[in-house]
Amino acid sequence: MEIKRGVPVSGGVAIGPALVLDTEWFRIPQRFIEGDRLSEEIERLHQALTASALEARESQKAVSAKLGPQCGAVFQAHALMIEDGNLRKEIETLIREKGHSAEYAVSLVMRRYAKTLESIGGTFATRAADLFDIEKRILYNLLGHRRENLQHLTEPVVVLAHDLTPSETASLDPAKVQAFATEAGGRASHTAIMAGALEIPAVVGLGKFLTDVSGGDLTIVDGNRGVVIINPDDETLQRYELTRTSFRSFESRLEELRLLPAETRDGVRILLLGNIEFPQEATHCLERGGEGVGLYRTEFLYLGKQRDPTEAEHFDAYITVVRTMGSRPVVIRTLDLGADKFPTGTEMVSGERNPFLGLRSVRLCLRNLTLFKTQMRAILRASALGDVRIMFPMVSTLLELRQCKMILAEVKEDLEDEGIMFNPKVPVGTMIEVPSAAIMAEQMAREVNFFSIGTNDLIQYTLAADRNNEAVSSLYSPGDPAVLRLIDQVVRAANKNGVEVNVCGQMSGEPVYTMLLLGLGLRQLSVTPHNIPEIKKIIRSISLEEAAHVAQEALRLETARDVNNYLREQTRRVLPEVVD
Amino acid sequence: MNGETHQCKVTITNPNGFHMRPAATFAELAGQFQSSIIVFKDKDQRINGKNIMELLLLAAEPGTELTLEVAGPDASAAMQVLAQLLAAPSVDDFLKERQMAEG
Repeated sequence: MEIKRGVPVSGGVAIGPALVLDTEWFRIPQRFIEGDRLSEEIERLHQALTASALEARESQKAVSAKLGPQCGAVFQAHALMIEDGNLRKEIETLIREKGHSAEYAVSLVMRRYAKTLESIGGTFATRAADLFDIEKRILYNLLGHRRENLQHLTEPVVVLAHDLTPSETASLDPAKVQAFATEAGGRASHTAIMAGALEIPAVVGLGKFLTDVSGGDLTIVDGNRGVVIINPDDETLQRYELTRTSFRSFESRLEELRLLPAETRDGVRILLLGNIEFPQEATHCLERGGEGVGLYRTEFLYLGKQRDPTEAEHFDAYITVVRTMGSRPVVIRTLDLGADKFPTGTEMVSGERNPFLGLRSVRLCLRNLTLFKTQMRAILRASALGDVRIMFPMVSTLLELRQCKMILAEVKEDLEDEGIMFNPKVPVGTMIEVPSAAIMAEQMAREVNFFSIGTNDLIQYTLAADRNNEAVSSLYSPGDPAVLRLIDQVVRAANKNGVEVNVCGQMSGEPVYTMLLLGLGLRQLSVTPHNIPEIKKIIRSISLEEAAHVAQEALRLETARDVNNYLREQTRRVLPEVVD
Repeated sequence: MNGETHQCKVTITNPNGFHMRPAATFAELAGQFQSSIIVFKDKDQRINGKNIMELLLLAAEPGTELTLEVAGPDASAAMQVLAQLLAAPSVDDFLKERQMAEG
């Protein structure tokens, strides 16, 4: 049994056979074969080994002729390994004694060797790659035309990979994927997003672990705790089967909440909105009981493309969301990316040393008005067809905010001249995520219709700690007293000036902070759709009086740890099952 | 096995250590002899010189002293060639020297 720990990015528990995505996408169809097929299986193994060795020798000749014997030598070594009598014996033994299929036996043995080489380290660790190469070659010869089409998996699997890219996940049959677990990646990775959209458990950032798994190994992915277990022992397996069952019933109870209002025990309505990234997520948001889109992140329109999106492309995406949402509010945030992430951006800047403190988001847009205005035009056009609101990210000074509003006014004039419809009173808001904006919240409140507190970045900038940097990520905590005071300040400024305010960072989706946020005066939260039911449940279990008291107490505490412990305790009293 | 047991110590001079190419060449050569070929760093880690996997795990960095133990009818011929390979600064050097010696 191997236990690995990583970053949980999508909750739930999955138990199933592993599908290990190598670069060549092999899937080992089965781990065991029937007893009467053993000698057949061994014969298959021999044939595959012979064919593989022959191929390797041919590669050796061809490569040596083209590039010299030094390069060809690698294939000589491969051939020798494949021809090695002991290797063959080890694999045969697994087949004979354990009844493993040839594919599974090959994979087990090769990975064991690879792991040993990796643990020696140094140049020998890189040789592990050769062993994977040999494994693939032998598997290719074993599977031949029987390579399973990944789009038509025959059973539900747990997908394990180094990392998942959009094109890889595009070829998987989503109905058969139970969970994802990757070596690389973080909360904002494609894996996390896909898992969220599919509502399946996912754990990322596990570090190297693929050498410990073979296709078909029984794997548990615990997306709540960020744990992956390979070949669990009976006790662990039983325990997780129970957890999975109770989690499922918890989930179905949450589903019942969908039609109930997010109302506190003392009758105050809280507006629960969803954070989305793709237009398709709007449906998901509604399904989970969201009452609008509090944050539509538009970055996906720009990422990984060869050129910037056209106004039509913007508009198509926005209109999809607006149609899904009907008369519910949709807050569209303008481009919030660093220059390094998209075509014209990279032309503007070369090699920033501090991209998070650099030319990004509105700063970038203010320097590239074509980009900015194109997006604004599309947002304004969409405002004619629904309750669309526009929001600017990373505003750090009043001057910046005023400049954005001026550009917006210009675009409105242009559209008017062209006779294109839009809402002249489109609500304008700003993200509060840079500490300077939080400190100047009072002044900013006089110039906008709404605020959205972006706690993810606010916490990073306030504590000057990168949450993806393991060395300092412990400083990053939504419960930090400095962060609480800033949120408090922003909410007071908003309430005093009749400006709507919500929190849209991850903090809003964590149940332990709900009482605090409501107690500080927030009446709106924008949350990842997946978490909406849970937050609603907490809201329905508390009174604002209680929440205000909790917030007061929390503000008295001096360290993040004390705050977090206190909040967990208070939340546990109200709804123990959301605190693990 | 008939024949004597020969033993000698050799120091790795290849700057990449006893890595894949020399190990592969060694295993292939060793396989051509009848004698048993054992290589080790420490006495309790006896490795079959005809087995490439085991040879790789020897993980011998440059400067390491290995012991080569050969027993069987063609032991002395085996010893001579294999010791030369182990001590060579590169496999190409070894192959060149062999060619010159034979040709």
